[in-house]
Order: sequence, then structure tokens, then C-alpha cells
Amino acid sequence: MIKEVIENLPGLIHTVEVGATAQQGGTRSKVIKVGGENALPFLFKEGKIPNPPVIAYEIWDIKPADWPQALGYFYSDVWGDPLEWAEKVVKEYKADLLCLKLMGAHPELNRDIDEEAKLVENILKKVNVPLIIIGCGDDARDNLVLPLCSQVAKGERCLFGEVTQDNYKTLTAAVLADGHNIIAQSPIDINIAKQLNILISELGLELNRIVINPTVGALGYGLEYTYSIMERLRLAGLNQDKTVASPFIGFAGQESWRAKEARAPESEFPQWGKEGRRGYVWEMVTAATLLLAGTDILVMRHPQAVEKVKRYIEEFNKDKEGLCLL
Amino acid sequence: MFIVGELINGMYKNIAEAIKTKDKSLIQEYALKQVQAGADALDLNCGPASKDPLRDMPWLVETVQEAVDKPLCLDSSKPKVIEAGLMVAKNKVIINSTTADLEKLEILVDLAKRYNAKLIGLALNSKGVPQDKEQRLELAANIVAYCSEKDFSVEDLYLDPVVLPVNVAQAQQKEVLDSLREFKIISEPAPKTIIGLSNISQGSCLRKLINRTFMAMATAFGLDAAILDPLDKDLMEVIITAELILNKQIYCDAFLEAYYKK
Repeated sequence: MIKEVIENLPGLIHTVEVGATAQQGGTRSKVIKVGGENALPFLFKEGKIPNPPVIAYEIWDIKPADWPQALGYFYSDVWGDPLEWAEKVVKEYKADLLCLKLMGAHPELNRDIDEEAKLVENILKKVNVPLIIIGCGDDARDNLVLPLCSQVAKGERCLFGEVTQDNYKTLTAAVLADGHNIIAQSPIDINIAKQLNILISELGLELNRIVINPTVGALGYGLEYTYSIMERLRLAGLNQDKTVASPFIGFAGQESWRAKEARAPESEFPQWGKEGRRGYVWEMVTAATLLLAGTDILVMRHPQAVEKVKRYIEEFNKDKEGLCLL
Repeated sequence: MFIVGELINGMYKNIAEAIKTKDKSLIQEYALKQVQAGADALDLNCGPASKDPLRDMPWLVETVQEAVDKPLCLDSSKPKVIEAGLMVAKNKVIINSTTADLEKLEILVDLAKRYNAKLIGLALNSKGVPQDKEQRLELAANIVAYCSEKDFSVEDLYLDPVVLPVNVAQAQQKEVLDSLREFKIISEPAPKTIIGLSNISQGSCLRKLINRTFMAMATAFGLDAAILDPLDKDLMEVIITAELILNKQIYCDAFLEAYYKK
């Protein structure tokens, strides 16, 4: 009989709280906690994993130009109106968490910044789940839009992103002032992930208000590279390097739906089968793998993929011996 | 690296005076300064001038505990003095130290067990200081064997190969470094290793340069802990950098700041 090896690690991942209820000065119906574990993902025998991973539904302020029909099937009735979209995923798909991407603020689209802030305010009124708010990725525009959004969401303890090594000061200051958390993005680079956490914390934001986006690749597009970076960061965190002991966020939807295998129509690759089903499987497998790598917050798109991955998380948490079928 | 700050030692005039006049503020200032500089534990030694170490040691422990919440390393050749400190210590103590002599081991391992303390074992005995790594290994193995026999966890044991001044014992230095590596194979789990760093430069000039150079080398040989002056910033930065090079920390541009945040 082979002896079971149980490894106890001395460190602890920071617990980050997203959302604030009335008691805490916000208007959310609940608080979502991530992190707080002292063991690798799903290794329940090796330590405490108090907060299971969570899934956020990704919604946009504008109609996404490049989302395929497989996603349009669920969202085309609402994606002209972000408020309706938000309501649909919360009511119909029982979203626990929303991730609002303010893509319309991009210089090419140039949506009015006050309008974006107003949208955040209205979404907070329309739905009561905690909120993640992501900029368009253009530094100059994000530095205008996101601080305004941070201000109107003051006290709601949102998760704002994303900051990078070259652009972290403006949003960090806003988030610090308004009581939110921040997403620190690094380009699949363990050294920059650590550096950025230190830069942010030196501006005064506590380490337990940072979530790391290590930048993930989808299945077939660098997922294994992502995995090894996350594993190494997590192991360092669990070995008491507090500067990298942050929960992870992974944009599984965004990455998966970029993959040719998820999008290419059946007419082009008849041997691959129907693209609708392929896409959601791609997202699901990517997301499940990211969970194994230690992702605490998954941002996803396809409701059926979300359902499957939710079940995967539930089953894993029920069956702590670690036997689980997707 | 587990850093034990060495500055609260009655060997230093100001500390001896503070112990004599029971000046808490100076002792506490040194405790705080060392912890802020990165000490994980603090060595306490009443020094040769103490008239009543049985009273001075617990006074030192209580005084330091009021200021910082760190493990203390009780440093005395008299087991009674160590016990007086153990009785009032809040955190897990490191006893500094036993030799490989049976009569010392009997008293100090028993003391460590009774107070659930860690123990530093010096690789020397009443016959004197070992002359090569073989002698060091033999003495260290005796200490480990005695601890196992008495069910004292090797994980709570620190082995000290005994660092000698470079100006009088140049040939010994390589032996000490090799011992750090060889002590690790005495048992499984491996015992930890510790050195009293300042000995290396006793009586030399350019002491700090010698200290930090030796420290970098010892780190490369797998040293776990050191009793040293944490206020020596260059020395601390050498340790941090040496551990970075050994891949014990993840590199980032702010790796010095990262260490202190850790």
C-alpha cells in the first residue's frame, strides 16, 4: 500500500471581498469572498479552502461586434441594452457576480465618459449582485472613465480593472479612495505579477484588495503556460510570499471565444462538427483547467458552459475525496 | 533565512548599562529596531557583567515582549538562567545553546522538551573546538542521535558548526561551509543549521565586508538561520539577494522591498 502524501504549506492566500451589503455601506445583496485558502486548488485534505471559486457573467456596455452566433443565441435580445442584459443574466441565469466591460469607451467608439459612469450607477440600481468593472484597455481612456465609475460606485466594494505595470497609479488612487478592489494584470510573467503587486501596495492599497490577472490563454493557445505561471505564483504565496498571495481572476470566456476551434463554422471544418457546441465546450474546458490552476474568479460568457463549470465546482466541493466527473 | 537579531547582549556597554539600571526604553528600542530591520527572532544575553542573571534574564524577556511579538532566543551558558527566561516567555523560545557533551545534552534537551522550545546544538564539546568537518559531523550526529533517543523533534533542532575567526583559523572556514551541507544528511527530516555570524570577523578589520561575504557563501551552502546584526543593511541586502539567486524568492525589480513586505 502506498502511503498518501499530505503536504501542509505554511502560507495563506489573501481573502478579497467583492461587494458590500447595506450593513457595510453598499447596496449589494451579498458579499463574494475569494481566496483565504492554505492549500492548492481542491486539495481539501491538505488545508482549508473556505471559499470556492466563483463565476462572473461578462456583459458589455455596447453590442459586442465579435461575439459569434453561439453567444448571440442567448444575448442578442438584450445586448443592445446593458441594463436588460444585466437583468437577464441575474434573473434568468442566476449570475452571482457580473463583469461589466466598458468597451464603448474605446477611442474608436468614443462613448461619452459620463454616460459610462451613469451606466454603472444604473446597473447598480438594476441588479444587486456584486460588480466587476473592466475598462476598454486603452490606458488614456480608462484613466478618464474608470475613476468616474469608481466614484459613482463608491462604497459598493467593486472589483476594478485592469492596471498594468505601466499604468497603475490613476486607477489605484481612485479605488483606494472609493473603497474598491483592483485587478493587477501581468503578461503571463511571474516577475511582473510580483512587481505590480508591490507597486500597487506601495501606493497604500492593501494586498488583500488585489486580484491578479496572470493573463490566461485558452485551450490550445498557451493554457499550459498559463497553468505553470499560476501554479508557481500560488506555491510561492502558499510558502509565505505575501506579495504574490493574491486570488486569481481568469477571463475564460474572452480567451476561448477567440479560438478558431470555438468560432470556425462547420462549413469550413465539417469534421469538427457544429460550431455552437464546440465553442461552449472550448470555454468549459478552458475554465475547468483554470480552476485546477487556482483561478478564484472566472469570467465567462456561454450560460451552458457556466452551468457545467458551476456543477463541476459544486461536485468537487461536495466530494472532497477528489473524485468528480464533469 | 531565519534572522536572529544579536544586539540585545550585555557584552555591549549600552545594553549592560540598561540591564543594570533596568532601563526598559533602550532595550525596547533595540528590539523594535531589529524587528523593523527584518529580524525574525531576537537573541537575549545578559552578558558577563550581569550580577544576577537569574533576575536579569526574565526581566529582559518581559521587557522585550512588551515591545515586540517575536520568538526569543535565550542565550546563556547557565541552564538555570535559560529556564528563568523560559518561565515568562510567551512565544516558542529558541534555547541558545547546548554542546555535544552528554551532561549538557541531558539538561538542555530536557529543558527544551519541558518548555516546548527549540534548541541550538553546537558542534563542539569539552575537549574543544573541532578541527575539521569530520569532527563537526560526528559531534552533530551525536546531538541528533541523543535528541531522537529522547523524542525531541529534529525539526526543533538547529545545528551550529561553530564559526571561528578568519584571522586565526583560516583553514577552518571551508570546513564550516562543508559542514552546513553535510549536517543535512544526518537525519530525515534534515536538521536545520544556524551560525553565529560575527565570530567570523572577530579581531579583523573590515568586519562588515567579511561578515557579508561569508554570509553569502553560507547561504549558498544551505544555511537556514543566522544570529547577526540586522541593522547592517548591506548584510541584510546580501542575504536577500543571495536567496534570490538561489531561487528561494520570485524575482521582481523591487525584490528588496518585496522581502520586507513578505
